[in-house]
Amino acid sequence: MTTFVAPVIDWAALSAILVIAGTGIVGVLVAAFVPASSRRTVQVVLALVAPLAALAVVAWRWSVVVGGGESTLVAGQLAEDGPALAAQAIILIFAVVGFAVMASRLPNGEEAFAPQGAAAPGSAYEEAARRAGLEQTEVFPLALLSLAGMLVFPMANDLLVMFVALEVLSLPLYVLSAMARRRRVLSHEAALKYFLLGAFSSALFLFGVALLFGFSGSISLPDLGTAAATTVGMDGMAVVGFVLVLTGLLFKVGAVPFHAWVPDVYQGAPTPVTGFMAAATKTAAFAAILRLLYVAAPGFGWDVEPVLWAVAIASMLLGTVAAIVQTDIKRTLAYSSVAHAGFALVAIVSLSEQGPSALLFYLLAYGLATVGAFAVVTLVRERDADGNVTGEATHLSQWAGLGRRHPVLAATMTLFLLSFAGIPLTAGFVGKFVAFVAAADGGAWPLVVIAVIASAAAAFFYVRIIVLMYFSRPEESERPGADAVEPGALTRASLVLCALGTLVLGVWPTPVLDLLAQAAKFVV
Amino acid sequence: MNSLPWITILIVLPLLASAVLWLVPGLHRVARPYGLVVSLVTLGLAVAMATGFDTGTAGYQLTETHAWIPALGVSYAVGLNGLGLVMVLLAVGLVPVVLAADWHAADDPAEREDEDAAYVARRRATFVALVLALTSLMVAVFAARDLFLFYVVFEVMLLPVYFLIGMFGGPQRRAAAVKFLLYSLAGGLVMLAGVVVTYLHGPRGDQGFLLDSLAGAVTDPVTQRWLFAAFFIAFAVKAPMWPVHTWLPDATAQGTPGTSTLLVGVLDKVGTFGMLALCLPLFPDAARWAAPGIVVLAIVSLLYGALVAMGQQDLMRFVAFTSVSHFGFIVLGIFVGSQVAMTGAMFYMVAHGLSIAGLFLLAGYLERRGGSRRIDAYGGMQRLTPVLAGLFLVAGLASIALPGLSGFIGEYLVLLGSFQSSIPAAVVATLGVVLAALYFLLVYQRVFTGEPRASLREARDAGTLRDLTARERWTMVPVVVAMVVLGVLPGPVLDLLTPISQVLAMGGVQ
Repeated sequence: MTTFVAPVIDWAALSAILVIAGTGIVGVLVAAFVPASSRRTVQVVLALVAPLAALAVVAWRWSVVVGGGESTLVAGQLAEDGPALAAQAIILIFAVVGFAVMASRLPNGEEAFAPQGAAAPGSAYEEAARRAGLEQTEVFPLALLSLAGMLVFPMANDLLVMFVALEVLSLPLYVLSAMARRRRVLSHEAALKYFLLGAFSSALFLFGVALLFGFSGSISLPDLGTAAATTVGMDGMAVVGFVLVLTGLLFKVGAVPFHAWVPDVYQGAPTPVTGFMAAATKTAAFAAILRLLYVAAPGFGWDVEPVLWAVAIASMLLGTVAAIVQTDIKRTLAYSSVAHAGFALVAIVSLSEQGPSALLFYLLAYGLATVGAFAVVTLVRERDADGNVTGEATHLSQWAGLGRRHPVLAATMTLFLLSFAGIPLTAGFVGKFVAFVAAADGGAWPLVVIAVIASAAAAFFYVRIIVLMYFSRPEESERPGADAVEPGALTRASLVLCALGTLVLGVWPTPVLDLLAQAAKFVV
Repeated sequence: MNSLPWITILIVLPLLASAVLWLVPGLHRVARPYGLVVSLVTLGLAVAMATGFDTGTAGYQLTETHAWIPALGVSYAVGLNGLGLVMVLLAVGLVPVVLAADWHAADDPAEREDEDAAYVARRRATFVALVLALTSLMVAVFAARDLFLFYVVFEVMLLPVYFLIGMFGGPQRRAAAVKFLLYSLAGGLVMLAGVVVTYLHGPRGDQGFLLDSLAGAVTDPVTQRWLFAAFFIAFAVKAPMWPVHTWLPDATAQGTPGTSTLLVGVLDKVGTFGMLALCLPLFPDAARWAAPGIVVLAIVSLLYGALVAMGQQDLMRFVAFTSVSHFGFIVLGIFVGSQVAMTGAMFYMVAHGLSIAGLFLLAGYLERRGGSRRIDAYGGMQRLTPVLAGLFLVAGLASIALPGLSGFIGEYLVLLGSFQSSIPAAVVATLGVVLAALYFLLVYQRVFTGEPRASLREARDAGTLRDLTARERWTMVPVVVAMVVLGVLPGPVLDLLTPISQVLAMGGVQ
């Protein structure tokens, strides 16, 4: 008979997660009990303060932990070490800027989310809800709960905890994806697709966990690493299990061939959610992949590396080629994010020592530009015959001449696009550079060559958007031209932060690189 | 006086001025005089810097080294050798000329009616701001002593040119700008792979990207060849050599004359500069190994450019193809394996910058008058616009190496050196010289001699077709003076360049 020993829990190490999860639960209560007039304000304040507070907590834990204080906690199920804290900090930064965009309203008071999530699109009920000025403030607690899952992900040192975190972060996102105020059918379709494929990939993940448990008798990552080195004769089971687990994670980062959901979801989801999701989910899932590869996988290196190579190459090439033929800005950015998943993988395929810090820097650079670019998309709007602002002008041709009428906004978007393209003096370039160095140092230089070719091709569609904004006249579009609305204070702040971050990380990345270099050690 | 960080000042001043101009709307109205003053001050500073320069050594002078991204081994390290100095002087010298010549280039005639004054002012300010930003990048690229810094500037430099072509160029400017950018980016990214691998072979550490620490770092011959190829492709696209030259005629045909001047006169020299400053010192054995093939490519460029130039109908494209030919000459001089030829090639880089400025700007003036740049739209312009015709002749003769003008010394030295090391190459190159005389004189004849067209004559009689204005004449004065001075007194510049080719010829190709 086994006796249950309650694990000792280091609450301090969990405090960042607790802050976010706790605020999420408070947010649910707020949605239920605070009067409608002040409900939204309270939610927005909570949603913006919580990530900032958690960021402060992470900074405190960093000072305690990095450089000798790394440990596992809760009976080895969570790990608190440099990579985990760095990933958490990056996710929280994305949360701050992403939530700010989510909370913004247009000058006419319209927000990005449906007035009543339960109302059928186009129904009389929805119209009534809109007239009544209802607002679905639950989006903020949902986003916070998802964020809590994302914060657990990088710390998960155990496959089941990883699974739970995966579900916690995914379920609220499925709901959020369905909440777009305009083009709701598209939004519903996106959510359904995301949910079905997400559930499918979760099942694969679980099946992989089962196989790995069968192989090693444990679900803890360090035990797996040990078992891989010592167990003989069950390699097939281990490799299949490992690849299945990896599949579940690669689905979340949107790498080929698990990318089918990306364009539809990115297009259909409310744009502020897309920006947050694209940046933060990818970071969280990559952080989990990092831990899986660096803690559990060294023993499987030979078996897993070819898979990673294939996924990285396929993501870069397919993402790039598919992005070139898109006509919708959100879909273009979606395929570009697929390509970026490939570029990010380049940093870690060879499991080199600089891999983790290179990958995290890449994700930071990519995420800032992503949140910023989608924030710009929320501002570029169509107008109806009366001059009222309507939905987002997402067709690329509608962006023609934007640089002429809104030079600052267009310049900001250009900065983000240049960062995506990896032009020097932007964060994206430094990110690509460190990723390529990490890969080439591990001997994966053929991959670097392919990545370079893909970058050159990818530059084409980023440049095409710049051409449209600056070199084209609005009359050249057959669709109604787009007009940018004044950004709300929060969106403006978010754009400024993202743009500054993109520039500063491109020109003076030293402090961040130094911090990340300290954080490269995984606790086993 | 030499304790001043001269190079940093030359980099920061135009960049800062450019940012201020773009961000302060109050300055937009005076953008053009503002730009001219800034560029003249920059030129003055560059000349002041040059007076303190010690000729006769090949090493870098005025060096500054500061840590930039130590985690990656990147330093902000600048310094100039003789070649860098003359290229910087050429660059900052051409900028005021270009700003003055393109005084009206930012005014889009198609848009004037429906646009308000603020928009026109902003457009002009954007043009000047881009040119000033480009100035600072041109100084930085010739002064970089750190491979990473060089790469960064090399790539970033594309952006101002891209916007200059794309926003201010002719009707097909969009396609031309994109073609230019993608060609250069692709070349640059190939180089990026090379940069990464070169660094990994080097000593690494905080200053792992310094050129000094990288020289001789790659010893494996096969790796060296691959890396040499990666760098050379980027520089060949930039230079442009056959068969990766096709972006150049489009870019110059669509860009404003001033943009084309900076693009071909200075930026493309970064290609040949990179071959001299990076390919030869970093990969000497591979350079020696690849030299015969490159000489063949250079000769193909030389002849192909000359022959295609003869068939051009568009004046700008004509000048562009003559440049392909001249770049063939320069690359031949670098790789033919003679120290004399290499000195000649470096001299040629400066001379070509001057003659190209003359040809592009004058072709632009001609187009403003005749309303076309088709060669067959003109005839007898000598009688209608004698000053324009005379200056065009001088620039053209400098370009085809008439003794006494700037082009001669470079071409002579390249041919002399080539005869010493490879007779066949030299013979074919001489054929190129003959072709050059032919294509230029044919064009001159068709445009400027003979009977003027009736329509042009009427325009002259009506007073709408005038010879060069004072502003236009003044832009040509420094260019022509420099051509004559370099042609008659090449000594000081040759003194600057000879030590470099001595060093490179010893460590690089024999």
